[in-house]
Amino acid sequence: MVEGARPVTGASPAPDAAGLGRARATGFLVPAMVLILVFLVVPAAWTIYLGVTNYRLTGLAAAHPEVVGLDNYTRALGDERFRTSLLLTLQFVLGSAVIGQAGLGFAIAFALRDRRGPLRRVVEGFVLLSWILPSSVVAFLWIALLDRDAGTLNALLGIPGTAWLLDHPMLSIIVFNTWRGTAFSMMLYAAALENVPRSHLETARLAGASTWQQLRDVVFPRIRGHVLTNLLLISLWTFNDFAPFLITAGGPEQRSEILPVYVYKVALSGGELGFGAAISFVMLLINLVIALVYLRMLGRRKESA
Amino acid sequence: MTTDTATVEPTRPTVAVRHVLARIGRYTFLCAVLAFFALPLLWLATAPFDDTPTVTASLPRFTLDNFRALLDNPYALGSLLNSVYLAAGTAALVVTFAALAAYALSRVRVPGRDALLYGLLLLSSIVTGTATMVPLFELAFRLNLIDSRLGVILILSGGLLPAAIFILKDFMDSTPTSYEESARVFGASPLQIMRHIVVPLVRPGLATVGVWAVANVWGNFLVPFLLLRGPDKAPAAVIMYTLYTEGGQADLRLLSTFSLLYSLPVALMFVFVSSRYGFRFHGGIKR
Repeated sequence: MVEGARPVTGASPAPDAAGLGRARATGFLVPAMVLILVFLVVPAAWTIYLGVTNYRLTGLAAAHPEVVGLDNYTRALGDERFRTSLLLTLQFVLGSAVIGQAGLGFAIAFALRDRRGPLRRVVEGFVLLSWILPSSVVAFLWIALLDRDAGTLNALLGIPGTAWLLDHPMLSIIVFNTWRGTAFSMMLYAAALENVPRSHLETARLAGASTWQQLRDVVFPRIRGHVLTNLLLISLWTFNDFAPFLITAGGPEQRSEILPVYVYKVALSGGELGFGAAISFVMLLINLVIALVYLRMLGRRKESA
Repeated sequence: MTTDTATVEPTRPTVAVRHVLARIGRYTFLCAVLAFFALPLLWLATAPFDDTPTVTASLPRFTLDNFRALLDNPYALGSLLNSVYLAAGTAALVVTFAALAAYALSRVRVPGRDALLYGLLLLSSIVTGTATMVPLFELAFRLNLIDSRLGVILILSGGLLPAAIFILKDFMDSTPTSYEESARVFGASPLQIMRHIVVPLVRPGLATVGVWAVANVWGNFLVPFLLLRGPDKAPAAVIMYTLYTEGGQADLRLLSTFSLLYSLPVALMFVFVSSRYGFRFHGGIKR
């Protein structure tokens, strides 16, 4: 209870103004911490254990799972389907997040940078709408759009009979996810571009710099931190995105089977929980690497700010 | 292109031409963007009101009869109620628990606080539902939470809490402590201070977290899809998926009206939030 007498230092919060005391403060923390412990920490830790067992949903190994060491991991490395899935995931993240969402998001933000008024509101409104609608609804909207015989896209292009989801499943989910997630990048870059003084752009333009030169020499150096933040966050989210399952379910013939879909099919449809957990652990490690890079960068920016 | 004073004069026309071209290019680009983002949404606007809906978006022959399909389906309206139940339950749990934790972390020097916050942030970003669907399923199985809506609420709350604590701690840090101090001088107990002073002060923060939690749960497909077995407990996200994947020819009357009804609450929430608070990041993402 001596907390109240302690002086406020720097960014640290004010002293215990309500006289809560350490015991009661701990009590305030307990409910949240218990939920986080049980439903976040335990599952993460359990993934490691399950990943070294031959645990199955049904059959003999369901009742008596055995520890099989690193067998699941060596099996995964030798598994053609796993390696293909990893490659498809890389395509998905690079294509739809890094190129699609970040590229398009920046382009929209840049094109709208000095506009106010209805055009900006309408464009932003539609981009945001595609971001906030429930994923099972937008999944069906895209199935309808890309339908082979009666889809709006084929009707517009005049090429009925083009089976986008069967012939180009990866392209379809990459374009879909670009459409789905561009809003975040657009808003982040719109805010970032407000930090670029308009007079600098004006000067560069009057000096005859092309748009590309303006971007490279004036804009980019000022928003480098935002670009990195953006790329890391959308990569993390795209890597963990389950929505493509709702459109192609990994098919046809596993040609759009990104890692989340692969884990679902192997572990929960196929019942191989142990093997699925090993793959999940690999996913957790990849997430950890991305998140650590992000947090380090955030910390560094705070120091320099 | 080099432009010193000597060459400015002759290049002025080309600069003007380039300026016009850039404008045309910019508008063409924005129109293309608008078409790309609006095109998939057209169907959602037209099909529910078309008397013979197909998967093609087209000008509807107007009717409201399709909405009757919602009443004929045994699960459609019930699933929306289930979604409300899951969203409200999760939001209540997240707001309450996060507010208590954030207040303690903001006002009392709990040992290891910074490490705890850092750990929470790291944890919530790496432990996603997709990466841990196997152990979550296992855990729910052992805790007897399979086919239980409470299980879905608890799991979703666990995932949302770290970020919620973060957002609310920021709110609490920026509210002055002088009100609490004077209330204490007048003999108010800590719980009274919480209820009558802190909660009203941080109400915008609580509302933000509540709306954010509802939006998250409303669209969540994976967790209820993994844990809930029967269609009677399934939320709209799962029923929507079963409507177009199961049982041969999809009923487009039902599908279109259900999509619209299910989308409407989040769309309205978004309109409300953006008209009231402005839906954008100011000056870059919070540092």
